[in-house]
Amino acid sequence: MDDTDNIAFDFQPDQNGRGRLILRGRLDRETTASIWRPTTHLLRHTRVPRLLVQADQVVYCDGAGVALLDEYRRIQKEHRGQIEIQGLPPQCRQLMALFGTDQLVSPPPVPGPVTGFIRGIGERAAGSVREVVREVSFTGEVFVKLVRALARPRTLRWRDTLVIAEKTGPNALGITGALGFLIGLILAFQSAAAMRQFGAEIFVADLVVVVLFRELGPLITAVLLTSRSASAFAAELGTMKVNEEIDALVTLGLDPVQFLVLPRIIAVLCVIPLLTVFNQLFGLIGCGLVMSLWNVPTEIYLDRIRYAATLTDFFGGLVKTFFFGALVAGIGCLRGLQTRTGPTAVGDATTRAVVNGIVAIIAVDGVFAVVYYVLGI
Amino acid sequence: MAEEPIIEVKDVTLGYDDTVVLEDVSFEVRMGEIFGILGGSGSGKSTLLKAMIGLLTPVRGTIRIDGIDMVTAAGAARQALLAKIGVAYQSGALFGSMTVLSNIVLPLEEFTDLPAEAIERIAQTKLKAVGLQAAAYKMPAELSGGMRKRAAIARALALDPKVLFLDEPSAGLDPVTSAQLDELILGLSQELGITFVIVTHELPSIFAVTDRVLMVDKEARRVIAEGQPQALRDHSDNPVVRRFFRRELAVAASD
Ligand SMILES: Nc1ncnc2c1ncn2[C@@H]1O[C@H](COP(=O)(O)OP(=O)(O)O)[C@@H](O)[C@H]1O
Ligand SMILES: [Mg+2]
Repeated sequence: MDDTDNIAFDFQPDQNGRGRLILRGRLDRETTASIWRPTTHLLRHTRVPRLLVQADQVVYCDGAGVALLDEYRRIQKEHRGQIEIQGLPPQCRQLMALFGTDQLVSPPPVPGPVTGFIRGIGERAAGSVREVVREVSFTGEVFVKLVRALARPRTLRWRDTLVIAEKTGPNALGITGALGFLIGLILAFQSAAAMRQFGAEIFVADLVVVVLFRELGPLITAVLLTSRSASAFAAELGTMKVNEEIDALVTLGLDPVQFLVLPRIIAVLCVIPLLTVFNQLFGLIGCGLVMSLWNVPTEIYLDRIRYAATLTDFFGGLVKTFFFGALVAGIGCLRGLQTRTGPTAVGDATTRAVVNGIVAIIAVDGVFAVVYYVLGI
Repeated sequence: MAEEPIIEVKDVTLGYDDTVVLEDVSFEVRMGEIFGILGGSGSGKSTLLKAMIGLLTPVRGTIRIDGIDMVTAAGAARQALLAKIGVAYQSGALFGSMTVLSNIVLPLEEFTDLPAEAIERIAQTKLKAVGLQAAAYKMPAELSGGMRKRAAIARALALDPKVLFLDEPSAGLDPVTSAQLDELILGLSQELGITFVIVTHELPSIFAVTDRVLMVDKEARRVIAEGQPQALRDHSDNPVVRRFFRRELAVAASD
């Protein structure tokens, strides 16, 4: 066993709580593997209060060897034992100084599966509560500053607002129109197929226009803006946060809410009703196309629209868009400002903005449905 | 040089969420001084700087600048305080969507009633002070690392601050550029009487510019030394401090 290409160990415990572990040969990546388990196992079980590792016959030692000696130290520390490493060749000692961890950092204790699960629920609940508190206070802050800014419009950055409005509005016309057209088309087609059996295809117009005005137009436009603009806001502000630009604003005495959030909210509030109307218009065109395929004359179709949809339907839908818009822009900006550090931080912020935005829109839409029902709208 | 303190940090403990980064930090920075904050990476230098400029609320302790408490100051008092300080961040933190000149124009526009052309002239002079007048109409992304840091200093100078905070101004710069930056700092200090707080690793800069330094340590989570850099190098009995100066000296000598 005295082969220099190999490693051997010898463990000699004695009566007075001392143990001597003698290592001979090479302590390298290959050989260490063979004695790692046996020696550490031995030390864990014998729990000698005082361990002497005799290493004067070690001829070579690399990083793996250092790790092994380090593991011995850790084991001894675990049961409050002492350790002395003796006779380590000088170059190994240098390695030890470089890689040896004097201060051991053990991984944070992992709770058992059940307690961990319960704790996870608790932590998440506490986290959500904190999150909601933060959102509410952010909403309050933004609202107060919005009112103050509108009272003194000169304090607002109108040029930025215009640029953002252009990006969120006109640049989104294509997709908004196309989506509206397709929704109108599909809605008409699906319902017409059923209604034709009763010769009632003309009433398809009633259905589509009401659904578009009250629900789908505002909802689809808002979801679209979430994925197009809330994500952009979160990414823009998140990048600024990571680059310390937000900090720079603050120390220049400029308020990030006033400077970055308000222009975005105002821009979205300005464009979202227009986009919604545009979306609805194309929805009606899509529906009209199907109707003309079923040989319903255009005049009659337009007449049905005028008859079926009231102004209440139309404006009831539009009122919602302001709330959706504020949510979309606000959540996008908040998630951006909350960006942490690290390579995935901006991506995470963007994802959270889109997911939270869509959930919030649907939740608020539900609230509106109830409110409108109670009010009889 | 006046001896009265412009920054007083007293018994300050700093941390994030539930991790403590630095404990019981106390020191003063005197008017007109160039004060260095030294320490290994992750030792909390930037954290300390963030607390001094009001971006991070200390867990305990008080920080005063020009006699005003940084933590409790709000509204107009806070604005007044922020007007007294300028900060150049580690990454430069220039506003990426604006030209270099607009970056400097921005604070002037927001806080003065000067006509646009006056603001532009002032911004140009700040750029000239850091030797960047040629880059006025470039975007930050088009600048080299050293230029970005100088542009950040120019922006920090926009509102004529009393105190300038610089986070690792010469990190990642070549020795020549780094030396130019040191000269810029010395010049600003002598001509404008600005007080500097500089976070830095670079030993040549430390000896070239700083009057006094403070050293923080990651393991100890405390201030481990304070004084003149020469004195610390020659007489400190703390091995970490000695190693810091010796190691860096060895590097400086070898290049
Ligand atoms: N935003 C943050 N959230 C949590 N921990 C942080 C944050 N910023 C820094 N830290 C931690 O604080 C410690 C000190 O960081 P920092 O002050 O940036 O060090 P330095 O500037 O000296 O390199 C590090 O351990 C770092 O991980
Ligand atoms: Mg730092």
